[in-house]
Amino acid sequence: MEVKLFGAWSSPFVRRVEWALKIKGIKYEYIEEDLYNKSPSLLTYSPINKQVPVLLHDGKPIIESMVIIEYIDDTWKQKPLLPIDPYQRSMARFWSQYVEDKFYESVKRAFFTEGEEQKAAVESAVEALKPLEQELKGKKFFCGEEIGFVDLVAGWIAHWLEVVEEVLCIKVVDPENFPSLCAWMKNFVEVPVIKENLPARDQMPGFYRMLRQSGLASCDGK
Amino acid sequence: MATAAEDGMVLLDFWVSPFGQRCRIALAEKGVDYEYKEENLSDKSPLLLKMNPIHKKIPVLIHHGKPICESLIIVQYIDEIWSNNPLLPSDPYERAKARFWADFVDKKVYECGTRLWKLKGEAREEDRKDMIKILKLLEGELGDKKYFGGETFGFVDVALVPFTAWFHTYEICGNFSIEKECPKLVAWAKRCMERESVSKSLHDSHKVHEFVGYLKRLFGLE
Repeated sequence: MEVKLFGAWSSPFVRRVEWALKIKGIKYEYIEEDLYNKSPSLLTYSPINKQVPVLLHDGKPIIESMVIIEYIDDTWKQKPLLPIDPYQRSMARFWSQYVEDKFYESVKRAFFTEGEEQKAAVESAVEALKPLEQELKGKKFFCGEEIGFVDLVAGWIAHWLEVVEEVLCIKVVDPENFPSLCAWMKNFVEVPVIKENLPARDQMPGFYRMLRQSGLASCDGK
Repeated sequence: MATAAEDGMVLLDFWVSPFGQRCRIALAEKGVDYEYKEENLSDKSPLLLKMNPIHKKIPVLIHHGKPICESLIIVQYIDEIWSNNPLLPSDPYERAKARFWADFVDKKVYECGTRLWKLKGEAREEDRKDMIKILKLLEGELGDKKYFGGETFGFVDVALVPFTAWFHTYEICGNFSIEKECPKLVAWAKRCMERESVSKSLHDSHKVHEFVGYLKRLFGLE
């Protein structure tokens, strides 16, 4: 039962898969990809998106981080990441999709644009946080006392967002307006499996500045 | 078979919505009785706004008073509650593939299709190429199978089939023939239409085209 993960050190999408694997205690081989010089293996296993993460389980590739995490949850039954109850599962999927489609996409737009377009994207991001703040009120994590699917998907907010804020000179998560979200961020990065598996904070601003510059230069402001 | 009253199933929907149709098809495949409520999207009901306060969109499935939103999440919920005629495969790897392709339909077909009828000139030419590429990738995944799910009608079939009612519109807007570019896909669409769940949920493609004409006038696009 061989498990391999193709990843990139800076990617929050890769980390969320690693967190899932580590929570379940699954041994895997990690292969670091150079995203500016992708390996033939990566291009074979992810021919459409050509992206990390790719999980290879007994030679079979699974792609897209949220699909991978559900696959991990379906395959290894210990420490379930999604709730057992179908309604709670649908709520977990709903919030994960929300974080990805509404909040992450706005932040990504802000990251790759400038001026008025960036300002609008930042406003959109702040607006998108309000339902998350509501959802987290009175809770330690999205589904209760232990981290689960939604926390893993939203986890980038607890470590990467600060870097984005620094690079763009903006503030998205204001502790005064988002106390529950800030508490969740603190709790999340304190979980041992997460704390031991985060990219080095001091290496991130330089990397993300370079990423933003190359994004702006190629006018790939999607 | 439980009645809508006993099981408390209500679907808030809009007649031509491919997302709503996914839910109707899934419910019909399972033989589940439900109450269908047509929404006026220019005057949304208090019930819709209460049940989907975040997105304020259809479809919304209300089961025992609790709302489930987002069409693919709804379809998975239906599949988990009613185990007859399973839509997702039982094998985790096949499930992951199905989730990937359903997500692909969500991210690519609707967006590209919308741009195709909204945009003009050069932009439309780009979109035509994009749409052909997207449909060819889907046809590649279908291969020589009866359905995307293999011998059985499944999750990806449910995700994609409502968009086949829009093929005629895409063809006219993009000035190309989908049958010429993707004959296997068109043959698959015809096979799906032989299923009552599909034929009773989809509208005639000319009606869809008429509706798009109405939207264009509404947006001042013609």
